[in-house]
Amino acid sequence: MPDTPRRGLDAVEEGPRPSDAGPGGSSGTHASASDHPSVAALEARFGKAILRHRVSAGDQTVVWIDPAKSLEILTWLKDEPGQRFDMMADVTAVDYGQGRPVEVVYQMFSTGQKRALRVRCALPIEALEIDSVAGLWKCANWLEREVYDLFGVTFKGHPDLRRILMPYDYAEGHPLRKDFPLRGRFSRAEQTRRALAQDVDRFYRAEDLRLGGAPQEVAVGGPSTDGGASVGTGEGS
Amino acid sequence: MAQRVVEYAVGRNPEMGPDGLPTPSPFEPFDVPEPELGTEEMLINIGPQHPATHGVLRLICELDGETVLRVTPDIGYLHSSFEKLGEYRTWNQIVTLTDRMDYLAPLIYNCAYVMSVEKLMGIEVTERCKVVRVICMELDRIFGHLLWLGTTAIDVGAFTPFLYAFQQRERIYLLHEALTGARITTSATRVGGMMADLPDGWIDGLRSFLDTFPNTLAEIDRLLTGNQIHIGRTQGVGAITADEAINYGLTGPNLRAAGVDYDVRKDRPYYDYETYDFEVPIGEHGDCYDRYLCRMEEMRQSVRILRQAIARLPGGPINVQDPSVSLPSKTDCMSDMESMIHHFKLITEGIPAPEGDCYMAVEGSKGELGMYVVAEEGGTKPVRWRVRPPSFVNLSVIARLAEGHLVSDLIMINASLDIVLGEIDR
Repeated sequence: MPDTPRRGLDAVEEGPRPSDAGPGGSSGTHASASDHPSVAALEARFGKAILRHRVSAGDQTVVWIDPAKSLEILTWLKDEPGQRFDMMADVTAVDYGQGRPVEVVYQMFSTGQKRALRVRCALPIEALEIDSVAGLWKCANWLEREVYDLFGVTFKGHPDLRRILMPYDYAEGHPLRKDFPLRGRFSRAEQTRRALAQDVDRFYRAEDLRLGGAPQEVAVGGPSTDGGASVGTGEGS
Repeated sequence: MAQRVVEYAVGRNPEMGPDGLPTPSPFEPFDVPEPELGTEEMLINIGPQHPATHGVLRLICELDGETVLRVTPDIGYLHSSFEKLGEYRTWNQIVTLTDRMDYLAPLIYNCAYVMSVEKLMGIEVTERCKVVRVICMELDRIFGHLLWLGTTAIDVGAFTPFLYAFQQRERIYLLHEALTGARITTSATRVGGMMADLPDGWIDGLRSFLDTFPNTLAEIDRLLTGNQIHIGRTQGVGAITADEAINYGLTGPNLRAAGVDYDVRKDRPYYDYETYDFEVPIGEHGDCYDRYLCRMEEMRQSVRILRQAIARLPGGPINVQDPSVSLPSKTDCMSDMESMIHHFKLITEGIPAPEGDCYMAVEGSKGELGMYVVAEEGGTKPVRWRVRPPSFVNLSVIARLAEGHLVSDLIMINASLDIVLGEIDR
């Protein structure tokens, strides 16, 4: 360290200091993301739809784009010969809470050029809608379902937008939103009552197994196919 | 870069033609007209409690006879909302959540998480810590692959490799226990270092494991690699092309078996992986057999990396010498008032992070394991902690892989993807 070693309590107040030797620890020196070739190309091609960009955590380029043009820009990033981000490593979202926009985050990687790019779209909390990229990257199918399930972001044009981790009939909302309390919206008593009142056979009904329909189309409760049962008894008698 | 193509010593199944389809039997079938039977598509539910699903996974299959028309995976039975819990924990408290996701290779998750947080905070860990973490991660790559090997062999009817593999896993369990005090829930890492340095004699234990483990691996290899039954069950089953594998987001051995040269250790190196001498096996057919070969070879390569890591393990401190990150020694805490306060403040308040976000990918045993952390200025807890789950993305391809195969092949395909439900459901 160049200056005197910090004493314990002073350092605790200040927080960690970037290590001098660290390649990722120089977040202050590279304030602009212009050295990433995709950023300049994006700005040249899409202009104002590229809202801003920055370098985060030392060497990771983040680009904020206009959600209205997200599908167009992401298609371009995937197909343009100079870009070719053929791997969508991750689709997720961040909720900062207090009514601030929910940001959908795409972690892209180009296996040909070995380059990563992070694209973020800020969606206003009252209109959580964005175009689906499941048609471009198949892996986005489940990842977008997870974001829909946990954040309530609707992906327009998604082939099969259902809950994926929570139960299909989960009634308490979207758990990873900041306004969702850690222990759920319902009281423990109510949660227990609902769990015990569940019709367990429901999960093995033929109608439920016809999955892949429209979002949340699965019927809750109600009698199941008694036609099949009557045929069975007729043959048995 | 070292050569990255491994040539397999065994040929493809001789009973299969060049197009991968079985050649017709030399015996003429009896010319008996098939009786007119009413046919109907059938719906079969496998799981959520079924040994062949390797966890609490439910597969809903539409069958035509024994042929799978469509399979719909239903997940979420183990959902624990770890990511939500993480938003209520300080940076170091989250470490205990990470190993509960992939309990088959817990140390990789421990390391990947703290690496991401350290990168966000700009902390460079000590040289000793880097090598110790490489040892941890490579050891758990073997650990995870061994479980996959044993259970998958059982799925295709081979019982002996299961026993051999689990004997070796038990030795790694003991190494885990000596290092961290726990066999599965290791929680060995801390931001800026490790919970503790390597105990005395641990490296000797690791060395003796490395001396004898390759022999067992060679025995399993002899049992399976040229085994006609194993070959018949795996070759040409669940094949996927390279472009499709990338599009489906496959990573790890599943992707490399399809012939894609992508390994995070080589392509986005961390912890000086570029200075280790190892090869990345690449398959060409993308089927279950190539996935098997890739994982077998990865274990051998991990042994190589481990030997090199032991040889270069430097001395010195294991934790960074930054008081705002590392705790003072226990002796100081008990004898010095300021150290006591320092300890108390770090534990109760946590480490403040700079504003920003960081995505750090490591090569886990299942594939690309990404840890994405988002922090606000001075935040001692993450705004968002996201795990990019390799098994989750890998499992989503099963509907495509199993289409048109038999139900028994579906079991093999599911096994060959190497999933862990704790991480899929999180």
